[in-house]
Amino acid sequence: MLYIPGNNPAMLQQGSVYGADGVLLDLEDAVALNQKDAARILVAHMLKYISYEGCEVTVRVNHIDTPFGLEDLKQIVPLQPDALRLPKVETVDEIKRILELIEQIEDEHNLPHNQMNVHVMIETALGVQNVYDIARYSPRIDAISIGGQDLAADMQLVKANDGVGIDYARKQVVMAAKACKIDVFDTVFVDVENEEGLREEAEYIKKLGFTGKAIINPRQIEVVNEVFTPTELEIRKAAKIVKAFERNKAEGIGVFAVDGKMVDAPVVQRALRVLEMADIDVESL
Amino acid sequence: MELKTKAQAGSFESSDVLILVEPVEKGAGRIIELKSIVMQQFGDDLLGQIHANLDDFKIDDVRLIINDKGALPPTVSARLETALKRAAQLQSGTLK
Repeated sequence: MLYIPGNNPAMLQQGSVYGADGVLLDLEDAVALNQKDAARILVAHMLKYISYEGCEVTVRVNHIDTPFGLEDLKQIVPLQPDALRLPKVETVDEIKRILELIEQIEDEHNLPHNQMNVHVMIETALGVQNVYDIARYSPRIDAISIGGQDLAADMQLVKANDGVGIDYARKQVVMAAKACKIDVFDTVFVDVENEEGLREEAEYIKKLGFTGKAIINPRQIEVVNEVFTPTELEIRKAAKIVKAFERNKAEGIGVFAVDGKMVDAPVVQRALRVLEMADIDVESL
Repeated sequence: MELKTKAQAGSFESSDVLILVEPVEKGAGRIIELKSIVMQQFGDDLLGQIHANLDDFKIDDVRLIINDKGALPPTVSARLETALKRAAQLQSGTLK
């Protein structure tokens, strides 16, 4: 998911051409305090005019307790982007209050409550502690993400870029998302010149279970896509497992071996996930 | 919308437009100074859009200084709306 500063017309109009799965039009940290009004109005106009075909469009609003949060909701909610990203959510009461406001605005515009999804950002130690209860609060919440920079600041970490300090939080957030069966996105990698570092981090967070990773520069897209797209070898192996499963299932066999390794239901499930990520229809195998 | 003060919005960056709004006396009309890097091809369209946007906000008397660096229509509308709301002191970010 590519972050695009909300007050930059050139980047907003080109956002969908780089091949990211999603774009995040940012009204929060990427916008100077004295330009919040300009960014809000610009993003609203762009949402009406630009087609981000093929990209999920998410707008990150300012926190509801800032002087900009409520106005952001009033302007953006009626436009119903694919999702609204709520930063620095810390408690269930907070998410409850924000969702009520969103639904109130939707009612005023005769909009349904189930069209626009909500992404919650966990960026403080308190948020990490409450993440499971926050994530399961509403079916509208279809993704959680971890905001590493703010979290590191909240934890008073001096050195944050190696990810050691936020490792527990990453795992906690992933576990909460998995328990709620929703997507989970990792934080940005701020050193845009360090491609190898980005690859290592992307590989690590993929192993943890993250669904994807936020990026701040188009040149990071290829690396993250490469890491998250199954390799040909992985796809062939998954297809072999699924085909063997279908054969064995017909004979009433639940556990069998493929290339000398035991395959049971969870292994098949993982293989199906690989095929799903590669956009391969199981029926076509 | 009542314009109370000078205000501006936008920038000189590529694909953006810088718009300065200045209140004028009632009856002075719309005084528009427009410069654009695409003046030859899109100058008339740009001016037409500016007038349509001013109609939407019911503003008949105003001075606008516009310096366009190839902005798309939504950017022009957004920057004009921002500058007008700042001039009407409906938004923060007013030019001091």
